[in-house]
Amino acid sequence: MQEIRALIEKEIRLEWRQKYALNGMLLYIISTVFVCYMSFLKVKTIDPITWNTLFWIILLFTAVNSITKSFTQEGAGRQLYYYTLASPQGIILSKIIYNTILMIVLALVGFLIYVTMLGNPVSNMGMYIVSIILGAIGFATTLTMVAGIASKAENTSTLMAILSFPIILPMLLMVIKLSKNAMDGLGWNTSTDEIATLLGIDAIVLSISYLLFPYLWRS
Amino acid sequence: MKQTWWKILCVVILLYTIIQGLAGVIPRQPILNETLRNVYFHVPLWFGMMTLMIASAWFAIKYLREGKAEYDEYSSEFANTAMLYGVLGFVTGAVWGKYTWGDPLPKDPKLIAVEVGLLIYAAYFILRSSFEDEQKKGRLSAVYNIFAFAAFMPLVWILPRLTDSLHPGNGGNPAFGKYDMDNHVRMVFYPAIIGWTLLGVWITSLRIRLRIIKRLKAQ
Repeated sequence: MQEIRALIEKEIRLEWRQKYALNGMLLYIISTVFVCYMSFLKVKTIDPITWNTLFWIILLFTAVNSITKSFTQEGAGRQLYYYTLASPQGIILSKIIYNTILMIVLALVGFLIYVTMLGNPVSNMGMYIVSIILGAIGFATTLTMVAGIASKAENTSTLMAILSFPIILPMLLMVIKLSKNAMDGLGWNTSTDEIATLLGIDAIVLSISYLLFPYLWRS
Repeated sequence: MKQTWWKILCVVILLYTIIQGLAGVIPRQPILNETLRNVYFHVPLWFGMMTLMIASAWFAIKYLREGKAEYDEYSSEFANTAMLYGVLGFVTGAVWGKYTWGDPLPKDPKLIAVEVGLLIYAAYFILRSSFEDEQKKGRLSAVYNIFAFAAFMPLVWILPRLTDSLHPGNGGNPAFGKYDMDNHVRMVFYPAIIGWTLLGVWITSLRIRLRIIKRLKAQ
């Protein structure tokens, strides 16, 4: 437990020292939203389904871009050093938790900007926020493991996209469905199925990452 | 090889299936009509693909546990044949869909699931080809194989139950077994599943032997 906390602190401190990375990601999401805003300039009202899907696709690309670097930003030498210090389970859990926090922050900031620029057709805001948080957790858990695999190869960024997109699809479909329910203002009891499925997928991915990461770390 | 009985069994069953499929008696059904013959090919191909995928993931687990190079070869060749079966199942399904649903590629959850599965295995082969080192290749692709399998299974089994599907047995449609299959069809259908699966295993075993010969020659 203490190991995980120390590792998360290390990640946050690293991120804080190189502010350009964090600011870069924030600017990435802002400029993407702005591009969408400009592209829809002529359209008076965006179709709710388009609005929702566009938001999740922006989030997906932000997530892939920001999590890719979670294994590549530190050199091979330093990774070897961590290998001697910490257990692989501690490392993967701390990276997942850290990425989850990062994704939740990015997603909420992104949502705020998105709403101000492209309007707000959401009627059940609480549920939409829940779907964003669940989506952020899911993206972070899946992408952290994939980033671990992709970082070992030469063409990391291409591999990251092609390895993660098909795996993340079930989660993306569920989260789009859940957030669509929230937009339509449906009650909580209609969406328990989606929430349960999302939590289930998260649990599967988390436990598989926990079990498999030691093999990845060894190489 | 000493054990040839299952290959003979495979050939006999498939001959029986093909003759029955092309010339056998089929119950008259509305809409389905003669297309019911496809049930001997399309459905067993899916069952075969599932079996091959499970075998591939199984050998990936064995490779991670025991680290023998053969298991990696088994795993990748099973994935290869699974992908072949996936494409064949996809094509036979599209032909069938065109004549019964009027659309070769409707937006059906099962079709989406299979498209995602094919994307995952395509990514798996790209991942494999991006490593030079055999051990690294084996370990990382085994990790991805298991990870993808764990993320893919919920998609195949959960999604069709949450959204409507055109397929029999889902979304309020009656399952095939209840109304459309008479005992004669079953007499062909069940052996057909075994036959196609055996053929898949046979193709895989031939390819594995070819790879082992190549590896030994290179040494």
